[in-house]
Amino acid sequence: MYSICSKKSLAPGINEIKINAPEIAQKAKTGQFVIVIVDEKGERIPLTLADWNPVKNTIKLIFQEVGHSTNTLAELKVGDSIQAVLGPLGKPTEIKNVGTIVCIGGGVGIAEVYPVSRAFKNEGNEVIGIIGARSKNLIFLEKEMKDTCDQFYVTTDDGTYGQKGLVTEVLNKLFQANKHIDLVYAIGPVPMMAAVSEATRPLKIKTVVNLNPIMVDATGMCGACRVTVGGKTYFGCVDGPEFDGHLVDFKELKSRLNLFKEQEECLNKRCPSKRAKNE
Amino acid sequence: MSQQKMPKQKSEERVKNFFEVALGFSKEQALAEAKRCLQCKKPLCVAGCPVQIDIPAFIKLISANKLDEAIKKIKEKNNLPAVCGRVCPQENQCEIACILSKKNQAINIGSLERFAADHESAIGQTITPTKSVKSDKVAVAGSGPAGLTAAADLAKMGYNVTMFESLHLPGGVLMYGIPEFRLPKKIVLQEVDYIKSLGVDLRPNVLIGKTYAIDELFQQGFKTIFIAVGAGLPQFMGIPGENANRVYSANEFLTRINLMKAYKFPEYATPVNIGEKIAVVGAGNVAFDCARVAMRLGKDVTLVYRRSEQEMPARAEEIENAREEGLKFKLLTQPVEIIVDEPRSSSKNNKILKEGRGENGFVKGMRCIQMQLGEPDASGRRRPVPIKNSEFILDVDTVIVAIGQNPNPLLYKSTPNLKVNEDGTIWVDENLMTSIPGVFAGGDIITGADTVISAMGAGKKAAVSIDNYLKKR
Repeated sequence: MYSICSKKSLAPGINEIKINAPEIAQKAKTGQFVIVIVDEKGERIPLTLADWNPVKNTIKLIFQEVGHSTNTLAELKVGDSIQAVLGPLGKPTEIKNVGTIVCIGGGVGIAEVYPVSRAFKNEGNEVIGIIGARSKNLIFLEKEMKDTCDQFYVTTDDGTYGQKGLVTEVLNKLFQANKHIDLVYAIGPVPMMAAVSEATRPLKIKTVVNLNPIMVDATGMCGACRVTVGGKTYFGCVDGPEFDGHLVDFKELKSRLNLFKEQEECLNKRCPSKRAKNE
Repeated sequence: MSQQKMPKQKSEERVKNFFEVALGFSKEQALAEAKRCLQCKKPLCVAGCPVQIDIPAFIKLISANKLDEAIKKIKEKNNLPAVCGRVCPQENQCEIACILSKKNQAINIGSLERFAADHESAIGQTITPTKSVKSDKVAVAGSGPAGLTAAADLAKMGYNVTMFESLHLPGGVLMYGIPEFRLPKKIVLQEVDYIKSLGVDLRPNVLIGKTYAIDELFQQGFKTIFIAVGAGLPQFMGIPGENANRVYSANEFLTRINLMKAYKFPEYATPVNIGEKIAVVGAGNVAFDCARVAMRLGKDVTLVYRRSEQEMPARAEEIENAREEGLKFKLLTQPVEIIVDEPRSSSKNNKILKEGRGENGFVKGMRCIQMQLGEPDASGRRRPVPIKNSEFILDVDTVIVAIGQNPNPLLYKSTPNLKVNEDGTIWVDENLMTSIPGVFAGGDIITGADTVISAMGAGKKAAVSIDNYLKKR
């Protein structure tokens, strides 16, 4: 069960795998995620569903090699099996016709913003896509996004491709051009989602962010993923993963994401080759 | 002849390992203890057992050295004897009812049950399982004590049972909650193997409510569904600082340690990041499990409880074990704030991050207030009342919150027509049937957090109700 039926590299350190997971492929909805346990001694890690195929009974995951578990997952080959996949988890994205939507994906979040953009487009919205990464070689799914979105922008931090700078700079240009926007959706690194939320706050544009807190069971049992939203504590796994970006305590989220930094380093030291690759 | 005492690992040794604390009776001890049983004509102990094991009968078989038959006798009623022999609060159930308890010499029924179960696992299974003969498919959601019991009984009745579990390993709280040194996971998996051998199909990594909704199970041909998803929602104190790093719910801490084996990190990839001075808040069995785990990780552990020792809900035996292992107690003490080192937003703090402690949103103390006991409250226990101007700061760098669990809301949130009580438990009728015909519920999801054995009692009752329901259709 849970065998890998295809695998490809999308960018350095970013992989796409398709897994046989019929139950999840039948049930998945946009914005949901799965828990993956790579091997018998592995941890439970949450990964957003990049796509799913209910006819072929497969799910697609796109992940960045950022630590022991994702490194181990990247080592698996077609035909290998994953210990466990649980899902689909979390509340799906509320997809409806709201007018004009800006869909923003940063880093590996590019993988996750694509199905969201597609779903909003299929619902008849005008979709403006913005994807950003550190450098040109980390941009992927560009054609898919371009074909889906009515307007589409790419940014790179170093200016090697698209517009130089951050995704929020494109967003601000849209505001300056008085483009009417009904909803902004952002998924990616915490500072990016925080910056997008700050950019839209003065204009009171509803902003949905898809959060990535640390999880264990991901069924509402442990509270590892607790996030403060509007002064109240929520569990990212069952109450999220999407929340109102204007209400999220990003500072706390970032701090909680650092809880296991030391332990991650310890694990990475066990695989020196991988560690070198990451640095 | 006086009561045989269970031999234990010495406290100074056991606090350094995760091996079982209680070592089990020797055969000589078991036979001697069994011979003490008066074989009452009207045994009060049986009435005290939530699954009605024929206690005098199995004890008589042990005293006659017929151990294979003794375990068969227990398994007529109890599908998880190796578990119950270890974690049941016998002192409040069968043993308190024992006529000899008046002289403080109650038969050590739990230890005898464990002895018989361990005998079986040493020699291999003695019962030839029956395979399903009825075509009716029954789904069981959850593989904890209630789910396992219902699944086993239904399989014995001949039903075609599928048991779904959201985690990757079966056993529910037996696996993620109760630590290795009280209930070895090998024992749990052996008991689950027995239940699988009865014909139960175990399906891990399926979350009912997400992977399949209740109505989808009916569409798949299941005739009835038993919901036994437990009380998995951790309660927090609702005080400032509770989302700081190194504040854990008991569930998270124990799941990391027990299910994910973080105590064997980095061999196992799941980490746990705790400091050196740990506060465990609460005084139930779960709190003591957390405290004793933390001590085994070599930490300085203080149990913080707002009432006095007399009101502690944990088993006396666990309190005693923990005290022997060096647990400190801060009683009549209520936390009011977790003091946190404010996170610095700049990413230049890598050095501090590596040091781990005391910076960037980590716990650096817990402000508490002293309490005194006032008038009895609804629970009959004296209500703790704060003493004015008695606040102080407890010097800790990690807080584990073990003040209780609520029923897991995930399933009923995805099942709109399932009636739920105000306290979040699922409403059931006297036969454990929910507001949806053919859907039954039992265990902690209908009672709130309770013991393993009471959940097993509910599992047995549900199996009978489900059988009656299916026969009538």
